[in-house]
Amino acid sequence: MRFLRRFFIRLSNFTTGRRADQRLREEIAEHVALQTEENLRAGMPPVEARRQAALKLGAAQAISEQHHAEQGLPLAENLLLDIRYAFRMLHRSPSFALIVIATMALGIGATTAIYSVIDATLLHPLPYPHPGELVRLEDDLPGVGAQDVSVSVPEWKDLENSGIFQYVAIDFFGSSNLTGSAQPTRIASKIVTPNYFAMLGVGAQLGRTFDPGDKTPGFNLEVVISDGLWKRAFGADPHILGKTLRLDNDVYHVVGVMPPGFRDQGMTSEQRNTEAWAAAGFAAVPFDPPLRNSRLGTAFARLKPGLPVAPAQARIDALVASLKKQYPADYPAQAAWTIRLIPLAESLVGNVRQSLILLFGAVGLVLLISSVNVANLLLARASARGREIAVRQALGAARMRLVRQLLTESLLLFVLGGITGFAVLFCARKFLLQLVPESLPHLNEISISWGVLAFAIAVSVVAGTIFGLAPAWLMSRLDLTTTLRQEGRGSKGSRKRSRLRHALVIGELALSLVLMIAAGLLLRSFWDLFKVQPGFNPSRVMAIETWLPFPIDPNTDIYRTATQEAVMLREVLRRNRTLPGVEETAVGDREALPLGHGKDDLNMIPLIREGQDVERSQPPLIKTSFVSPEYFRLLGMTLLRGRLFVDQDLEDTPSIAVINEAAARAYWPSKDGKGEDPVGKRIRLKAEKPDWTTIVGVIADARTESLADAGIPQVYLDIYQHWAKDLAFFLRGQVDPATIAAQVRTQIQAVDPNLPVFRAETLNDILSSSLAVRRFSMEMVALFAATALLLAGLGIYGTISFLVHEQSREIAIRLALGAQRSNILRMVLRRGLTLAAAGAGVGLVGAFIASHLMASLLYGVSPYDLSTFTGVTALLTAVAITASYVPALRAMRLDPITTLHSE
Amino acid sequence: MKEKPDVLQGTLALMVLKTLDVLGPQHGYGIARRIEQISGDILALNQGTLYPLLLKLEHEGSIVSQWGASENKRRARFYRLTATGRKQLQTETRDWNQTAAIIARFFEVKAEDLP
Repeated sequence: MRFLRRFFIRLSNFTTGRRADQRLREEIAEHVALQTEENLRAGMPPVEARRQAALKLGAAQAISEQHHAEQGLPLAENLLLDIRYAFRMLHRSPSFALIVIATMALGIGATTAIYSVIDATLLHPLPYPHPGELVRLEDDLPGVGAQDVSVSVPEWKDLENSGIFQYVAIDFFGSSNLTGSAQPTRIASKIVTPNYFAMLGVGAQLGRTFDPGDKTPGFNLEVVISDGLWKRAFGADPHILGKTLRLDNDVYHVVGVMPPGFRDQGMTSEQRNTEAWAAAGFAAVPFDPPLRNSRLGTAFARLKPGLPVAPAQARIDALVASLKKQYPADYPAQAAWTIRLIPLAESLVGNVRQSLILLFGAVGLVLLISSVNVANLLLARASARGREIAVRQALGAARMRLVRQLLTESLLLFVLGGITGFAVLFCARKFLLQLVPESLPHLNEISISWGVLAFAIAVSVVAGTIFGLAPAWLMSRLDLTTTLRQEGRGSKGSRKRSRLRHALVIGELALSLVLMIAAGLLLRSFWDLFKVQPGFNPSRVMAIETWLPFPIDPNTDIYRTATQEAVMLREVLRRNRTLPGVEETAVGDREALPLGHGKDDLNMIPLIREGQDVERSQPPLIKTSFVSPEYFRLLGMTLLRGRLFVDQDLEDTPSIAVINEAAARAYWPSKDGKGEDPVGKRIRLKAEKPDWTTIVGVIADARTESLADAGIPQVYLDIYQHWAKDLAFFLRGQVDPATIAAQVRTQIQAVDPNLPVFRAETLNDILSSSLAVRRFSMEMVALFAATALLLAGLGIYGTISFLVHEQSREIAIRLALGAQRSNILRMVLRRGLTLAAAGAGVGLVGAFIASHLMASLLYGVSPYDLSTFTGVTALLTAVAITASYVPALRAMRLDPITTLHSE
Repeated sequence: MKEKPDVLQGTLALMVLKTLDVLGPQHGYGIARRIEQISGDILALNQGTLYPLLLKLEHEGSIVSQWGASENKRRARFYRLTATGRKQLQTETRDWNQTAAIIARFFEVKAEDLP
C-alpha cells in the first residue's frame, strides 16, 4: 500500500517532470545556517564554523542526487536516456539499422502471419460462451473398425438423463431447397434437436430459438434462419416472425433470426455457413422408429459447469458399460461400442492442425534464423564499437549500466523490426488472405487484430532480450587496457566473441538445412501427388449439382421411388446431350463426385456378404456411390471383370453392383495367390432393403476419393435402381465453364422448375483444390526455406568478411613474407567450408528428427529420402562456398603495403 | 581505530518517526540534532542523507511537510507525523522490540544452559 503510493507519486513526478531541487537547496541552506550558528555559539571562528557545518552535512552533490532519485523514477529516466542514445546510434549507422530492422521484420512478420491463422483456427475456434464445456460425442465400434457411427434416439435420451451434461443435442447436416422466391436455391441447413441453440448458448437477434423442452417427436415445422438468409431472401423484413418458408416443399414458420456474427459449428465451411435450422425429435415420421441400432446424427453436448472432460469421460464409460449389459442384443460384445468425449474446439480443427503446426514450426525456424543473423551483426558491430565501450568503461560506467544500454539498443532494433513486420502484414493482409486455401476452417475469422499485434510485440521483445543479451554481455566484458591499446592496430578481437559468432553461424546453417530438407520432402510429395495417375480422366469434365426435395411426408415426394426419379434423370441427360459441345453425359449422387469432399466426411459404411453370417458391420468399411451406366465410360474407368450397368437394369430387375479392385481384395482376399472372383457374389449394405445385391463387375482402382490413397474400397450402385437426393450431373466435351451452368440450369428447370442448380466446377478445378492445403503448406515452407537459405548465406558472408577484415594485417604479413595468393584463398575458403560442414552436420541430425515428425504429411517419399538429404546438403554447401568466395577473393587481392601502412 | 557503526538501513526512518512523534513538527536540522543528541557520539550520520529519506517517508504518506518560520525567523520546511505515520511507527516499534528481545535472549544463553 505504502509502496504503491510512493510509486505513483514518483511516477507522476516523473511524467510531469516536477523537480524538487529548489526546495532541497533551500532546506540545505537553512540546515547549514543553523549548524553554523550552533558552531559559532560553541566558540568556533566563523570560517571553521561553516566548514564543520558543511562537513557534517556530507557530500551535497550525492545528497542532491539521492534526493532527485527519490523524487522521480531513476530507472525510467535512464531508460529514456538509453532509448534516446540508441536512436542516435542507429541514426549514425542507418544501413546497419536498416538491415537489422528488415531482417527482423521478415522473421517477425512471417511468424505473426502464421500466428494470426493459428489464432483464428486453433486457439479461438468456438465463438460461444464457455466453449470449454462443449464436447462432441463420438460413437465408435472399434471391434469392427467403425468410427463415429452417430447416436440413436434411445442413446440420446440416456445421455440426456445421465446427469453429466446440461444439454445433449443431435445435429444432422444437409441441404434444403428454398423455393417460393424467384429462383429456387439450395441452402445449407441442419435438422437439430430443439435444445441445440440452448446447448451452444446463443440466442436469436429477432424472435426466439427453439424451446429446449419441446418434446415433438417429429418436425415441429419451426425454422430459425441466419442473418444472411434473412437479409438476402427477405430484405431484412422486421415482420419476418411467423412468416412461412418453403424448404424441400414443406412449409415452416420462421420463429427466429440469428445474430449477424453467429456461425454454426461444423467441420467444413459449408456446415459453418448453415442458413436454416429446423427442429425435430428424430423419433417419428420421416425418421426411423427410435431403435437402439438406428443411428441418426452426431451428438454434441454441453458439460455440467465445472465438470472437466476426463471425469465426465469416466462417467460415460460407466454408463456405456451398464447399457451394454442391459441391451446385449443391440451392443454385441465384438463391436466393443464406446463413446468418446472430444472437446468441440479440438474436433473442429480436424486435419489442418498438423499442417498448421508444421507451418508454425517452419516459421519459428525462420524467426530463429533471422534473430541469429541479427545477433551476429550485433556482435560484429560490437568489435567496431569496442573502443567506445572501453572509453565509457574507463570513465566509470558500471557494467550493468552498459549491458542495460546495449540491450536497450538491440531491443529497440527488434521492436522496430517487429512493428515494421506487423505494419507490412497489416497492409498486405487482403493479398495474403487470397493465398490461404478456401478449405481452411475459419478462413473468414482470420484477422489482424490487437491480439496479433500484442503477439508481434511480445515476440520482438522476447527475441530481442534473448539475442541481444549475449552480445551485450560479451561486449561489456571487454578487457579495458588491451582494447584501448590494441584498438586500431588490427586486433584479433576477443576469442570468446569469435567463438560465439561461429556458433551462431553454424546454428543458422543447421536451422536452414532443417527447413530446406522439410521443404524438399514436401515438394517431392506434392509433386508425386500432382503427377500421380488418378485412374480416371478428369480433363474436359464438368460437374453440376442439384438437390431433389426431401419432404417430411413421403407421400408428397414426387421423386419417391427410383422409377419416378429415373424419368426426370433420363430427360435431363437427354437434354444435356443436346447442349453445344457436350459429347457425353452421366449422373451420380454427390458421393460419386471425384475428390468432392475431404477425407473427414468420407461416408463409409459396413458391407455384409452373403454366406458370412456375421452380425452387421465387418471391417473394412466401404464407400458407396450411386451412378448411371455412362459414369464409368465418361470418367474413363476400366472394367477388369464382368460387366458394367446397362439401360436394362431397372428398379424392378435384380439389384446389381460394381466394385473396385480394392473392395475385391478387401472382402474376397486371395488365398493361394489367386483371388476369389467376386463377380456373382451377393452383398447387402446397411441402408439397403433386405434383398441381396449381386456384384456384376470389378473396375480398376481409381483415386476418386483421395489422390493419396488408391486403395479405398468402393461399391457403385445403379442410380436407376435406387433413389438419391443429392445429384451431380457430369458433362464431357468442349464446353465453356462460364456459360454451361446457366444452360444446364435451363434444361433442368425445364423438367422441374423447382430444382436449384448450383456449384458448376470442372473436375480439374476440384482436383487441384483437393490439393490446396498441401499446396499451401508446401509453398509456405518452401518460401520460408528460401528465406532461411538467403539469411544463412548472408550470415556466412558476413562472418567470413569480418574474419578477413580482422585478420587483414596477418594476411598482409603472410603475403609480404611470400605466401602464395592461392594459399590465402584456400585458407579463407576452408574457414567457410568448415563452418558449412559443422552446420550441415548439426542440421542433418535436426532434419532427421523433423522429417520423422512430419512423416504423416508426406506422400510417396520416405522421410529419410537420400536424394533430398544429399541434394539439399550439397545446395547448402554450394551457397556457403559462394558466400565465402567473395571475401576470400578480397583477402587474396590484399595489397600488403597499403594494408600494413594504413594501420 | 574502530569505525563508528553506520546507521542500519530502515532504522533511521524509525528514528525520524519517533523523533517527530515525541517532539511534534520539526525541520530537518531539528531532527538531525535530536538523533545526534540521543545517540551521542556513537552514530556517524551524514546529516544530508536525512533529506532523501524525509522525501521517501513523505511519498509513503507517513509524514507531511510545509514551509514555516524557524526559531530565528527564517523560512524552513517543517515535517509532521500523519495518522498513517503514527500507525507505522507503532507497528515498527513492536517489530523492533520483538527482534531486540529475541537477539537479547540469544546473548543471554550460555553453553551450560543448553539441554
